[in-house]
Amino acid sequence: MFLTVVGALNQGFLQTLKLFAVTLLGAIPLGLVVSFGSMNSWQPFRLLAGREAYAAPGPWGACHRVLAGFRPIQAVTRLVIWVIRGTPLMLQLIILYYIPGKLLGYSPWGTGEPGRFLAAAIAFIINYACYFSEIYRGGIQGVPAGQQEAGLVLGMTRGEIFFKVTLLQMVKRIVPPMSNEIITLVKDTSLARIISFQEVIWAGQAFMKTSHGYSGLLWPLFFTGVYYLVFNGVVTLLLGKLEKKLDYFR
Amino acid sequence: MAILEVRNIEKHFGATKVLEDISFSLEEGKALAIIGSSGSGKTTLLRCLNFLETPDRGVITVRDEVLFDADNKAALSEEAIRQKRLHFGLVFQNFNLFPQYTALENVTLAGKLREKDKSRWSAIETQGLELLDRMGLADRAGHYPHQLSGGQQQRVAIARALALHPDVLCFDEPTSALDPELTGEVLKVIRSLAEQKTTMIIVTHEMAFARDVADQVIFMDGGLIVEQGSAREVIETPREERTRQFLARY
Repeated sequence: MFLTVVGALNQGFLQTLKLFAVTLLGAIPLGLVVSFGSMNSWQPFRLLAGREAYAAPGPWGACHRVLAGFRPIQAVTRLVIWVIRGTPLMLQLIILYYIPGKLLGYSPWGTGEPGRFLAAAIAFIINYACYFSEIYRGGIQGVPAGQQEAGLVLGMTRGEIFFKVTLLQMVKRIVPPMSNEIITLVKDTSLARIISFQEVIWAGQAFMKTSHGYSGLLWPLFFTGVYYLVFNGVVTLLLGKLEKKLDYFR
Repeated sequence: MAILEVRNIEKHFGATKVLEDISFSLEEGKALAIIGSSGSGKTTLLRCLNFLETPDRGVITVRDEVLFDADNKAALSEEAIRQKRLHFGLVFQNFNLFPQYTALENVTLAGKLREKDKSRWSAIETQGLELLDRMGLADRAGHYPHQLSGGQQQRVAIARALALHPDVLCFDEPTSALDPELTGEVLKVIRSLAEQKTTMIIVTHEMAFARDVADQVIFMDGGLIVEQGSAREVIETPREERTRQFLARY
């Protein structure tokens, strides 16, 4: 019995790992794009009117000042981050998986497990990219302005400064908070259970009803906790190693 | 003949005027010291020369080439500014070395980024080692900034600024973050640069050093040049009451 249950749980955990890996691969770079959006300072209405209009007293001047200070890319990005971080991931999964089907009359995700995986992966990537982006933003803004200025004075381009100077210092700063998020992600994959994605919790729960010829087993569900615990142990060790590796500078 | 010509520079931060009608010239191989109380605009002036700030008015000319003209600002693309910056080097008060690179890598990074032909990188490294040797740091080439004392870090920063052969080397209070002993070793290096006829602008609170090493001194107060002239004249026999007041404490 034990071997049968473990076999089923292994299969579920493989799905868990797949969702975990794909989410990281997608959200780590996408988060960087989002963080650039949330730091974007493009002000398209800045130069529309002369200095006098901005300095004008009363609502006329105030209106100009508000418009001139408006940063559309930053505003839209921060709105998206607010919505994604402000609502439950479980709800986002349900909406993304079911609503397109309701609107289109057919499910764009296709049928069966591959469709559920695709929908879950997209929801997870978007959700985690938003969290990562805020960590990146903190990491980038935490690098002293003098670093950028030193690069500029040496005639480096903004791209060179980011990739050769800022990036590694930012990575060093964000490893601890990223570790937190990554460990949370390992456990959050279980939320995909809500759209019947057949990850490890789903596999364990199945034994409570009937699965592989066994009925009414409670322990397989509890036993899934061991999988998370062991895997998070490995993740913690790896991230600790990375942190050590970046210890060569301060 | 003057290598640097600064005419009528004016700079505002919002409604605050930080530089007003700044004009001076500097001959090749001479050292200029700028003295004055904190907030008098000395640092902002250096930042304007290095294109870290954009003056609202005025003209900056190096070797008869107009680098900046406030009436013709639109012509300055980011790429153009990047090239013009190389006429100046800047040594910061708090060093701003790149922490993830060794002393030698700090000195050679910008040069290597500009040289696409990797076969010439060994020449850049040889030059970097020579510069570190001149700074008395030959045995520290492989050290990371956090392994160096403040004085050593500042000397690496000086080597880094010299590596790109600027026409004018600027120092922004290079010893203000150092204790008296370390101050001595950095001043010794700057003194030897003066003896080798390096064209320099030094913002400093070390009056004795300014008197002995600089050829020319400018005293600034409230964004204005109150007095300028030969180093001995300004520091030992100031004409203006405000200058006398400032120097009374020294």
